Amino acid sequence: MSRRALAGPPQNTNRFAMHDVLSRTKPISADTRIRITARDVNVFYGATQAIRTISMDIPDCAVTAFIGPSGCGKSTFLRCFNRMNDTIEGARVEGRIEIDGEDIYTPDLDVVELRARIGMVFQKPNPFPKSIFDNVAYGPRIHGLVRTRGETEEVVERSLQRAGLWKEVKDRLHEPGTGLSGGQQQRLCIARAIAVGPEVILMDEPCSALDPIATAVIEELIDELRTNYTIVLVTHSMQQAARVSQKTAFFHLGKLIEYGDTEQVFTRPAERQTEDYISGKIG
Amino acid sequence: MAEIDKSGQSAMIDQADERRRIIRQGLGRRRRNEAIFRSLGLAAALSAFGFVVVLFGNIVASGLPAFWQVNIETEVTFDPEVVNIEERPVLQPGQSVAEYRREDLAWQRRVSLANWNALIEAAIRQHAPDADVDTRSILSIVDPNARFVLRDMVIENPGIVGETVPIRLLGSANADNWIKGTIDRSLPDHRQQLSPEARALADALHEEGVMRMRFASHLFTNVDSRVAPASAGLAGAFMGSLYMMLIVIVLAVPIGVASAIYLEEFAPQNRLTDLIEVNINNLAAVPSIVFGLLGAAVFINVFGLPLSAPLAGGLVLTLMTLPTIIIATRSSLRAVPPSLRQAALGLGASHTQMVFHHVLPVTYPGILTASILGVAQALGETAPLLLIGMNAFVANIPTSPLDQSTALPVQIFLWQGNENRNFFEPRTFATIIVLLGLMLSLNALAIYLRSRFEKRK
Amino acid sequence: MSSFILATILLIVMALAYQMGLSRSRQVAAASGGRMHSRPQYHGALVALWTVVPLLLVLVLWLLLGDMVTRWLVVATLPPDLVERGGAPLSEAMQRIEAIASGVGVIGEVEPYERAAAERLQQVRLYLRAAAIILATVLAAGGLIHARRRITTRTRARNEVELVIRGLLIFCSIVAILTTIGIVVSLVFETIRFFSFVHPLDFFFGTVWNPRYAVTGDAATGSYGMLPLLWGTVMIAGIAMLVAIPIGLMTAIYLSQYAPARVRSVVKPVVEVLAGIPTIVYGFFALVTVGPFLSSTARMLGFSINTTSALTAGLVMGVMIIPFISSLSDDIIRQVPAAMRDGSYGLGATKSETIRKVILPAALPGIVGAILLAVSRAIGETMIVLLAAGNSPVLRFDPTEPTSTITVTIVAQMFGDSDFAAPQSLVAFALGLTLFVITLCLNIVALYIVRRYREQYE
Repeated sequence: MSRRALAGPPQNTNRFAMHDVLSRTKPISADTRIRITARDVNVFYGATQAIRTISMDIPDCAVTAFIGPSGCGKSTFLRCFNRMNDTIEGARVEGRIEIDGEDIYTPDLDVVELRARIGMVFQKPNPFPKSIFDNVAYGPRIHGLVRTRGETEEVVERSLQRAGLWKEVKDRLHEPGTGLSGGQQQRLCIARAIAVGPEVILMDEPCSALDPIATAVIEELIDELRTNYTIVLVTHSMQQAARVSQKTAFFHLGKLIEYGDTEQVFTRPAERQTEDYISGKIG
Repeated sequence: MAEIDKSGQSAMIDQADERRRIIRQGLGRRRRNEAIFRSLGLAAALSAFGFVVVLFGNIVASGLPAFWQVNIETEVTFDPEVVNIEERPVLQPGQSVAEYRREDLAWQRRVSLANWNALIEAAIRQHAPDADVDTRSILSIVDPNARFVLRDMVIENPGIVGETVPIRLLGSANADNWIKGTIDRSLPDHRQQLSPEARALADALHEEGVMRMRFASHLFTNVDSRVAPASAGLAGAFMGSLYMMLIVIVLAVPIGVASAIYLEEFAPQNRLTDLIEVNINNLAAVPSIVFGLLGAAVFINVFGLPLSAPLAGGLVLTLMTLPTIIIATRSSLRAVPPSLRQAALGLGASHTQMVFHHVLPVTYPGILTASILGVAQALGETAPLLLIGMNAFVANIPTSPLDQSTALPVQIFLWQGNENRNFFEPRTFATIIVLLGLMLSLNALAIYLRSRFEKRK
Repeated sequence: MSSFILATILLIVMALAYQMGLSRSRQVAAASGGRMHSRPQYHGALVALWTVVPLLLVLVLWLLLGDMVTRWLVVATLPPDLVERGGAPLSEAMQRIEAIASGVGVIGEVEPYERAAAERLQQVRLYLRAAAIILATVLAAGGLIHARRRITTRTRARNEVELVIRGLLIFCSIVAILTTIGIVVSLVFETIRFFSFVHPLDFFFGTVWNPRYAVTGDAATGSYGMLPLLWGTVMIAGIAMLVAIPIGLMTAIYLSQYAPARVRSVVKPVVEVLAGIPTIVYGFFALVTVGPFLSSTARMLGFSINTTSALTAGLVMGVMIIPFISSLSDDIIRQVPAAMRDGSYGLGATKSETIRKVILPAALPGIVGAILLAVSRAIGETMIVLLAAGNSPVLRFDPTEPTSTITVTIVAQMFGDSDFAAPQSLVAFALGLTLFVITLCLNIVALYIVRRYREQYE
């Protein structure tokens, strides 16, 4: 497993340094199946339109990055995938989103089940005011995935290991989750999301509240996770997208401007706006 | 972690399917729990809402009828043989004022002693000439104070003697109960308040239209009365409450605002001011009866204020309202943005000038609202007033804050204890309607003023 | 002199003094060519203060001492044997003299000494009034002139005025402290007096409450055991909490998490109305409607509830407390960060699961604090219990029977006609002190918990 570059250069970077990073990303194979499809999705908050007719396919077992200036709608679009927009009063989603071929906006779909298949990690780490153990065990317990204490312990250990946190906390599982450092808390949240056994993990700027070292640890974790999970990552850092993702989508003012292989988007962007953003002219 | 090969992948898919199956299994139960929890919440909210509805419905339904009472509308002949009184004395030259007063009072007493009841009896009998009913029964359907109405008419206009004049007399409390039906008509005779003849007479008069329901405006203008319950009114209680509210406004608001200004803007931040803040917060939660004990021990006993005086009550209520006003003013002051303060200081204003000319005016709406709400709350307090002596029957309107008086909530307390429950229960409800009406108006005023001020911003 | 006229005169003098100070300071400013330390208003205000404060002092002195001095001077001229008798005959004589002096006259013969005394009264009154007016005028004028002369470019009038203002503010702040001190001192003082009649242990741990009134001399007999009252208080507060906590908490949860905005905007203010209703209204409602209703329902179902009972009072008190719990809980629940809620939803939890397993545990300290505050309110409540719980200070465990609480007993003991120094009245203060201490402890603990909780999320 190769290491990633630490603390990327400032945002207004030149393309040659980017090239350096890109050469280390692994492209996805051509026969990777599509996990999520979105067709003609519009999202409204009341009368304001936040997402304008976006269509895209998200591949399995890969990291897809959403980039764009702040307010461009990337988080809003991300939240469509696990129907978190439902919790916002006045939000309306139109269009068709399918996961493994199933329309997730059908009326008889239980949102609870959907969210067990699609996990989410938030911008600011939000562990519950419970012990580390109970944080991770929360999901499996409410969904009934564990019945005995032994099963619970197994799931907790496995999730914490996959999140790369086990060694650091295995001796203090019953201390409160809020007592960890920022980076550890975020890995705890990732472990919490993994424990339910999702197929897709949505990450909404997971590193924006963390210091560079913690960020690097999480980026490495993301790279490991992508072999078994579909990951969609919203990030405001182009370097992060370049380091970690295989596909990149560039959003601007609610529209999808460009979507393609990460290397291509960063080195040979097809759209003028994409190029402007990457070279720092906009955003 | 190494990549998983094809067989590992299919194992993972099986696992995923198994997970989905388990989750799906549990969904039904979880959805049911969700529905139950939600309906419990709805039930709780509805019952809280329902309590309010039931309470107000009960008050209005029981109290509204008390605003109308039976009156007897007939004609009275001022028979000169009955009203046989001499002329009113006039101040003689050389006579001292005190002597004249004594003569006049004696004359008034003689006038009162005239047999007014005979006139009333005659006036009623003319409507039921054949009824076999004795004097006592007839008089039992008329309020005992009715004779004073006749007397006052003659005192005011002695020329009325010999005339026949239309008149409206208040029916007695028992007659009111009977006609309104607040007393069970099927009760046996020994459990009724009026004699059978009186009851029959009342019904007959009611049918003829001589006995009618009229709006009881005297409820607001008369004082309390034990002897003539039908004419008992709230005037004394109103004035008592009014004096006390005035005292609260005049004392609690300035002192409270001044304290808050000092504590918030001028006092140094040290242990002492922290202690004062804790102290005020606790005062706001002290039971009202403890304030009553304070009033009894200090205001009545040590300061020697007269028992049951609005001044004593007002002082106790002021102390109770003070913490509320201080806390509200402090939070209004804290809400003023620091930029405003900096701007004032930057222009060269002294600290005091900054506070009084720039910060304080911004807080006026908040202070006003809090004061009005504080007064509304003080209006309904009963327990402390009971301890400073306001549990006694007072039959006059106080003319100064030092006279003995009662207050609206105390009047409710006194009337609910009256033996003539059939009559006084609805009347108490009616008084509650008046009290709640006053409090509601004050609250509405506060809300209106607050929205007016917010609009101006 | 009527107070209205007096007040007007004071205001006019103040305005004149202010004006004089104002014009003088403008003069000085013009003469010296500009910069004065303080603006004219402050000089004016300072002059007004120097003028009016002496006036007020004389007025206060006159009000406090005038009558006493007058009376003393007149009594000195009365025949000595009358003065020696003192008491009622003396005050009667004074009243007659007053009546003669005011021209109203009296009934009967007027003794020569009475007439002389009446004349003297009028004289004294006149002289005193004149003296007061002269003194006031002299002092006020003196103050005015002195203050006016002090006006120079360097006089720091504004600072002096601000000092006076600050002094007034401090004085007002002391009132709140004095109140607490007053409460504590008066309660403790009278309680100590009470303990000279009844032993503290008998009071705090006695199980019989039966203060007999002094019909024949021995007033100290009678049992003053407080435990039945304490138990009554606890029982009724307990019943109230059983009603208020579930309904209040679930209402708060429903209104903050489930209800659409329109429902919330209607139901929330209506429930808050419950908090503004005076307790006498609740008490009367309990006595007249709830009590008979419970009693007849119980009879229909085969058991008995007294029309005035702990149950009746407790239920209605519970209704009164609902808004306390629901309002505070609503605030507290809303303070739980939305991120936590989103985290739970993101994992696939239902709303009730999120509330029960994430939000409520997070909000628990705040809710406990709110409950403690509500309990404190319930314990200190008087009117509901006074009207609806009957009056039966007996230690029993049956909520369907009447009972007494500490607050009701305080009222009952103070209603009695015995004098203030008897243990029957003093015990009210001992009870009051107990109540004060209990509620104080509850409040301190509750406020501390709520504050710690709030700090956690800031």
